[in-house]
Amino acid sequence: MIPEIGEFALIIALLLSVVLAVVPMYGATTANEMWMSYARPLAMGQFLFVIVSFICLGYAFAQDDFSVVYVAQHSNSQMPIQFKLSAIWGGHEGSLLLWALILCGWTFAVSRFSKALPLDMLARVLSVMGIIATGFISFLLITSSPFERYLPRFPADGADLNPLLQDFGLIVHPPMLYMGYVGFSVAFAFAIAALLSGRMDAAWARWSRPWTNVAWAFLGLGITLGSWWAYYELGWGGWWFWDPVENASLMPWLVGTALVHSLAVTEKRGVFKSWTLLLAIFAFSLSLLGTFLVRSGVLTSVHAFASDPERGFFILMLLAITMGGSLTLYAFKAPSVKSESSFSWLSREVLLLVNNVFLTVMAVTVLLGTLYPLLIDALGQGKISVGPPYFNAVFVPIMGTMAIAMGVSVAVRWRETSTETVLKTLWLPAVISLLMGLIFPFVYGSGFDMRVFLGISVSLWIISTVVSEFIGKFRNAQTLSSRLSQLSMSYYGMMLAHIGVAVTAIGITLVSTYSEERDMRMAKGDSVELAGYQFTFQGTQVVKGANYMADQATIEVTEDGQSVVTLHPEKRRYNVKRNMMTEADIDAGLFRDLYVALGEPLNEGEAWAVRVHYKPYVRWLWLGGILMALGGLLTAADKRYRKSSRKQESVHA
Amino acid sequence: MPRLLLFIPLVLFIILAGFLWKGLSIDPRELPSALLNKPFPEFSLAALQQPERILTKQDFMGQPVLVNVWATWCPSCRQEHAQLLTIAQTNSIPVIGLNYKDDRSAAMVWLQQLGNPYQFNIFDEAGMLGLDLGVYGAPETYLLDAQGIIRYRHVGVITEQVWQDLQNMIKGWGSVNE
Repeated sequence: MIPEIGEFALIIALLLSVVLAVVPMYGATTANEMWMSYARPLAMGQFLFVIVSFICLGYAFAQDDFSVVYVAQHSNSQMPIQFKLSAIWGGHEGSLLLWALILCGWTFAVSRFSKALPLDMLARVLSVMGIIATGFISFLLITSSPFERYLPRFPADGADLNPLLQDFGLIVHPPMLYMGYVGFSVAFAFAIAALLSGRMDAAWARWSRPWTNVAWAFLGLGITLGSWWAYYELGWGGWWFWDPVENASLMPWLVGTALVHSLAVTEKRGVFKSWTLLLAIFAFSLSLLGTFLVRSGVLTSVHAFASDPERGFFILMLLAITMGGSLTLYAFKAPSVKSESSFSWLSREVLLLVNNVFLTVMAVTVLLGTLYPLLIDALGQGKISVGPPYFNAVFVPIMGTMAIAMGVSVAVRWRETSTETVLKTLWLPAVISLLMGLIFPFVYGSGFDMRVFLGISVSLWIISTVVSEFIGKFRNAQTLSSRLSQLSMSYYGMMLAHIGVAVTAIGITLVSTYSEERDMRMAKGDSVELAGYQFTFQGTQVVKGANYMADQATIEVTEDGQSVVTLHPEKRRYNVKRNMMTEADIDAGLFRDLYVALGEPLNEGEAWAVRVHYKPYVRWLWLGGILMALGGLLTAADKRYRKSSRKQESVHA
Repeated sequence: MPRLLLFIPLVLFIILAGFLWKGLSIDPRELPSALLNKPFPEFSLAALQQPERILTKQDFMGQPVLVNVWATWCPSCRQEHAQLLTIAQTNSIPVIGLNYKDDRSAAMVWLQQLGNPYQFNIFDEAGMLGLDLGVYGAPETYLLDAQGIIRYRHVGVITEQVWQDLQNMIKGWGSVNE
């Protein structure tokens, strides 16, 4: 009965979203205030019913209702409860329901926190989001209902969730990622509403900025979590694979980063309006494209969902309607007039434009690399795959150049800055970062290394310019605390995010240069030395988990005779599907990770293939990601968005 | 002129959408069997239910058959079992089981509990015949013609839809032969 209630709630949510898509929009075009005011209650109702539906699916999982096909395929009675619940989004249907839930959640949030928005704007924004919800909920109901039943004969137990997914990572990674993906729908809806109403002014940029920053922060956090998960779960210590699905999340993040900056220019200076609108459309379209690539089965990937051309066709239609429609609207309504605002070549405007160009080029690079196999296949030229060498060759130089521009940008003001001022602020950071970059490989490594020199210099350049700019703010300050509180939240957020980029860059540089690893055949008592650490294999024992049996090894790690840690990597065999899983054990540290994974048993369990890694600074990768996300959240918390919108309201009233 | 520039994104998108559309009809996972239109490999293995009986290719030559690769460790096999029983009941084509890398007693219990759609079962405990066939995993199903030539390979669960397609394929041969 409960699954039927879930399905029914979803149908009601669909009906509400259809009304939301039509009525407030029509009200806004005909200036009918009553029709417009339906937007808020409809947004709330839609959210409520999707919540009900989601809870019903969760209940089916918790109660092991294996008459529900989706539950039977993705769960098992032996699974621990937290994995039963996160298995809700462990497959195509349920993750799509999560998508819909988050979309309706964002819609509801916009309706709640935009009290200051003019009613017609709000009505249009919510209607656009209603259109998107209509598309996705009907996609769910027509092709991918998670509530379908095996009747009358249903399996006695479930087929179990893929062991790779039975992990903390599944609990947090998809929801964060979807918060980001779907969050860009808000920026998209604002852009469409602006195009429809013809009000593409600074106010529009100010309204959509906090939403965009929050979505961007979540997406960054989601990607970071995904990278961390892959690192410890896949068992070979990699943290980025240039897999099509990773790329699908990276593309909207890159365009989103460009959008976050471009919105700043549009808000403060009223320029680049058309460009900003286009980025807002693209950020969300790339999220949709990612959804299409993952779920249609057109590309092979480790993330592959059960592929189904019918579903692929449906998402392609959604994509065609959303993107085709919005780009047509854009072509006809976007302002083509050159803005009259003036700025010189050395100004923040220009540097932000440079940032936008770089980020867009990177996004296009990733897009081409991801779709190239598909294009070649579609042209009948055979099956190929594009690997990391292509991405690294293109990505690294662009990232490096952009990092240099990042340092300059913090020292430059709006409109115009004299070359002299810029040089005066920047010479010291430049000298410091170059020197440190030069010294670092000698101190840390065994000698000069070009990659380390460039990577460290560029990262320190970003940090030192931010710091020197920050200190510069205090030169004329009366007291420290008065000055600290004068600086806005968005200023702090910007600094934090930029430092995050540098921290990630340091992590990437060092982990890809100084990592060491060895594959060894180890029997009881054998030991191996790696990067000054002694790893001694003490044998294995059998341990029993909730739904698996495992061979657990004990490996003592010592450094100069001092005990460091004892690691317990496992080789698990899950009871239901009988898949083998490698569970690495990691001693994590700020400056290095020791990572041990078990391979195959050799000589009937006498010895094991063991892989040991030494990963310096690998944590910095994710630390930087977290700093960037925190920065994004801080900017959105800026007082000015609340204050200025209140002012806006009094003008309209 | 500037207005025309604003149409560029739309045009680019239309081109992209065209490719994606084309991409839908291509399956990157489609692994054409190396043995397609080639004879089924020779083998000599025990039958599942009668260990003393040795089966060879000659046991099913002379008529079109379906060879279904299955195992008790494969949950999808359980899923397609009902469909196999339906096929067996229609008596239109014999279904031969290839019990792949499995445990004999577990497989017998499985057939007792779920019903037996197979005319007989080849017991491929070591997976050698599966290796010769190029089996990726269970379930897989091969359609053989009367000469024992592999005409079609289906990877994954046999659904109602797949069965329809197989029937059409077999009907197609009938009309050619007549």
